Amino acid sequence: MEKKQSFLSKYGNDYFFLGPWLLCFLVFIVIPIIASLLLSFTNFDMVQTPKVIGIDNYLRLLLNDDIFVTSLMNTLLFAMVSGPVGYILSFVYGWLINDLGRAARTVLTFLFYTPSLVGGSYLIWTYLFSNDAYGILNSFLLSNGFIDSPIQWLTDPEYNFTVVVIVMLWGGMGTGFLSFVAGFQGLNKAYFEAAAIDGIRNRWQELWYITLPQMGPQLLIGAVLSISSAFSVGAVPAALTGNPSTDYSTHTLLLHIQDYSGSRLELGYASAVAVILFVIMITAWVGLRKLLSSISGD
Amino acid sequence: MKARAGLTRSIYGNLISGFFLIAMGIFIAFPLYYSIINAFKPVSELFLFPPRFVVYHPTLDNFVGIVRVYSNSLVPIERYIFNTVFVSIVQTLIYMLLASMAAYPLAKKNFPAKNIIYYGIVFAIMFTADVTALPRYIMLAKMGLINTYWALILPTLGGSFGVFLMMQFMSTIPDTILEAARIDGAGEKYIFFKIVLPAVKPAVMTLFILTFVSAWNSAAGNLIYSEELKLLPTAISQINAGGIMRAGISAAASVIMMIPPIISFLVSQSSVMETMAHSGIKD
Repeated sequence: MEKKQSFLSKYGNDYFFLGPWLLCFLVFIVIPIIASLLLSFTNFDMVQTPKVIGIDNYLRLLLNDDIFVTSLMNTLLFAMVSGPVGYILSFVYGWLINDLGRAARTVLTFLFYTPSLVGGSYLIWTYLFSNDAYGILNSFLLSNGFIDSPIQWLTDPEYNFTVVVIVMLWGGMGTGFLSFVAGFQGLNKAYFEAAAIDGIRNRWQELWYITLPQMGPQLLIGAVLSISSAFSVGAVPAALTGNPSTDYSTHTLLLHIQDYSGSRLELGYASAVAVILFVIMITAWVGLRKLLSSISGD
Repeated sequence: MKARAGLTRSIYGNLISGFFLIAMGIFIAFPLYYSIINAFKPVSELFLFPPRFVVYHPTLDNFVGIVRVYSNSLVPIERYIFNTVFVSIVQTLIYMLLASMAAYPLAKKNFPAKNIIYYGIVFAIMFTADVTALPRYIMLAKMGLINTYWALILPTLGGSFGVFLMMQFMSTIPDTILEAARIDGAGEKYIFFKIVLPAVKPAVMTLFILTFVSAWNSAAGNLIYSEELKLLPTAISQINAGGIMRAGISAAASVIMMIPPIISFLVSQSSVMETMAHSGIKD
């Protein structure tokens, strides 16, 4: 009793602050994740009672599922392009914007963030890349004599992957960008004045020696977001290039998961794919965190 | 601001930065512009070849069309709007409070299980929500919450990204300020509301935009089956299901859907920019 009292008086306040959110987190996020981890070792298909089948799901996706391999490769390729490029663009543009006056800063922050502000905004791009002659790009190329017949931007495997990457980058100034903007605004102005007097000559030195070391927390937010969004590509290719796309040319792990959990109701198998995706993301996060701590020095 | 800009900013650098800002601005703005003008095009201009980038005879027909489509529907459009507004506001306000509160001890205190919770937060962000939907549905069903507003609101309150965001920003507040307040006899609640939250106002506003926008754009999915409790995006997707005949109307509906997130963004951004200019709390 005595021990419990002191524990409460010591940490009671912390758990009071943490409690309400933690309860919702455990009930609605953690328990479902654990349930899905366990399901990945079963043959659960919403019809029969689930039976434990060990690692059969994992063997099946590695050895017997060509579409899994295709979507794994596509996911890695999407992530390697859109992840780093989106992350760096968000940071650089947040930084460039911070130099502007208040009005220009507000307008540009707003403009760059708009694709994320509007739900399903990527659908706009179907006007541009539409397969028929009415598509903006096709009609431009046709009327100027560059091509004789419309290009199937969205269904031809030669083009549709690139189209998805372009659209992803267009919408890439999301929450990461916004937290960079917020982070730059919170930096201490006195440091910059002192640094200028102490011999920092240009904006690049200032960025490297003064700004970056103070942005550690925001860089980590951006990293978590880039990883989780870069590896969860799915909505954009599904909406633009069809689901499934031609020869699964833009199929991703997320779409594979949705296919098995939503359409085929093989939730055990879908969970196994989700676990693989999770392991990949965590690996990327561990690597990126090491890299960032060497840059920002904490 | 101007003083330091003068010392470390060269004219060439300004030109390069201006070029990149303008290029990105055009790249992002063009598709948005095109979709907005489509909402004001009469049917005769929607399917011209080649496509036009100006509207010759702007019309509000498409906006009137939304009302017409819903004039004799089972549930009036106002009801969908009310549902979405209500759920978005309640969810946003509660989540902002819960996430900020949870972030404070995680950023500034040491207590048992802190590290486990930290990793739990990051891991949860990385786990695909599609496969947890069914277990979550079962939890909600067991609680008897399916087909209520709470089925939409409660699960989002456990979201971990907002906590992560607030935690990262709060970690930049110097401990000395909090210690000084404690020595002066301030309680934890006072410190949280009067010192910590004002110090991370840009993050609070970022959290507000994030939560509100995702709430505003979310559809009820299978958690709601009564038509009169469904959300606005569901109604919009019914309009879109009308296909090419409703191309103009669905463009108009998308434009209307954009307005509340845009207002929330502009209001929050302007309040951030005002306060940050005077804040001297960071060391």
